[in-house]
Amino acid sequence: MNYACGVAIVASGVSKSFGETMVLDSVDLAVAEGTTFGLLGPNGAGKTTMVRILSTLIAADSGQVRVAGCDLATDPNGVRSAIGVTGQFSAVDDLLTGEQNLRLMADLNHLGRTAGRGRVAQLLAAFELSEAAGKAVSTYSGGMRRRLDLAMTLVGSPRVIFLDEPTAGLDPRGRHTMWDAIRELNADGVTIFLTTQYLEEADQLADRIAVLDRGRIVAEGAPADLKRRIPGGHIRLQFAAPDALHAAGRALDTAVRDEDNLFLQVPNDGSVAALRRLLDRLDDAGIETAQLSIHTPDLDDVFFAVTGHPAADNAAVQ
Amino acid sequence: MSALTYTVTDSATMLRRNLRRLLHYPSMTLLLVGMPIVFLLLFVYVFGGQLSAGLGRELAGGHAGRAGYLNYITPGILLMTVAAAVQGTAIVVAMDMTGGIIDRFRTMAIARASVLTGHVLASVIQAVASIAIVLGVAIALGFRPTADPADWVAAIGVLLLFTLALIWLATALGLAAKSVETASNTPMILTLLPFLSSGFVPTATMPAGLRQFATYQPFTPVIETVRALLTGTPIGANAIAAIAWSVGIALASYLWARHLYNHRHAR
Repeated sequence: MNYACGVAIVASGVSKSFGETMVLDSVDLAVAEGTTFGLLGPNGAGKTTMVRILSTLIAADSGQVRVAGCDLATDPNGVRSAIGVTGQFSAVDDLLTGEQNLRLMADLNHLGRTAGRGRVAQLLAAFELSEAAGKAVSTYSGGMRRRLDLAMTLVGSPRVIFLDEPTAGLDPRGRHTMWDAIRELNADGVTIFLTTQYLEEADQLADRIAVLDRGRIVAEGAPADLKRRIPGGHIRLQFAAPDALHAAGRALDTAVRDEDNLFLQVPNDGSVAALRRLLDRLDDAGIETAQLSIHTPDLDDVFFAVTGHPAADNAAVQ
Repeated sequence: MSALTYTVTDSATMLRRNLRRLLHYPSMTLLLVGMPIVFLLLFVYVFGGQLSAGLGRELAGGHAGRAGYLNYITPGILLMTVAAAVQGTAIVVAMDMTGGIIDRFRTMAIARASVLTGHVLASVIQAVASIAIVLGVAIALGFRPTADPADWVAAIGVLLLFTLALIWLATALGLAAKSVETASNTPMILTLLPFLSSGFVPTATMPAGLRQFATYQPFTPVIETVRALLTGTPIGANAIAAIAWSVGIALASYLWARHLYNHRHAR
């Protein structure tokens, strides 16, 4: 693969082993400028290793990578001046205040005194950190640290940003704040490379998704393409007695029956209309259902659909 | 800007960062500077009366009794101050290396060396401040150096050179440590070495084996040189040995630190 105009990241044949363990096995990927790319995979699939290679932290054993037009092997400083990285582990200085952390980044980006101060104030406001700007980071909440972490990455206005599991460990509100921030960056034309364990997150943010499984890309495409390959969601009906299970099985011919645990799995997209139809049919047949749960497709389904094995297997690689 | 200008500005930025951290977190500095002061008080007022009895006046800067012993041990206490201060260096370096922030620095287009030079420069400032405080306490207690200005300059130079050597050693230990706890423990051996030197009693009073160790370990020639320059004891070949040890330790530690910094990945 050659570097083409408009491609922010292009990697071909990237492999990496730690000792005997092959962590990345000839990975190819291309990320178009101004788009968001989601690398989806369970723990131990090699996502973080990929980010560490692309962001110049470690060298690949083989393969070519160009980021923002610069060759990773021959011009790592060119890459570094174009990228911003927010890793899984918070990269903030606990002993400084939020503002001092950002000022440090402004100084290291050689922004100059006036421009630096302006940029810091702008980012403090944008990430709702103005109030806590003068407090030591050690007193910040998890969400505030994450926001500061991302703000620090943005001080130098990077053109390509790497986000390694940006929402891991955040509560739902924190996760949505982070999603909004990522969308805004993308709207500003920044290229984003993010890793995640959540299909929903990749679906929400990414223009293209690649599924990484034990160091190999096993599927790649737009979120809609990928979801088409996954069997839809289903509804799980739990029964109190075998009789009810059997009656329901006869009434719902598409159901998958689990005799031992007394439940039925019925394909269903989880919409209110589909749910109502299902309940109506159960009512018409006079069947008592003990419990009902809705199951939407997640990473496990993606994995099962594209690899034929559950995602949990990857943990052994780590 | 040229590469050299970046190295200077980035190092200055990192120095500012480390000085700010010291100001935000003064308890560690106070603890590290408190230790030699406690030992100074302990040795002068608890042991000093007895220990001074076996000390000749020529070793005690011409003073007798407790005052003489204070004059005798102050150079050793100053070296202990340096050894304690560099414990802080190892801790802050290890905090950086085991935390996430080093990865941020490594993915930025900054002068790579600035991370370490920032730590070393801040440590030099911290150590010099500690030495000044402890020296001030010693003078307040009755330490009376007989040095002329040239002797002072030479004594400060020898202390600084050895300080720089220990700071680079502590930097390497901090880089080599797998955790901050390890980094705070390994340099503790350095604070023990002044006891096994001519810092508190002349090495001639020690049994064979220990005596040889105490005579030839690096702290002894440095202490002897500082003592000779400040209180007029005979200097002998100690100045040359002190400088040779300092340069050797500094160079070896610098190369070790540089190797660790370039080849070890935090995770």
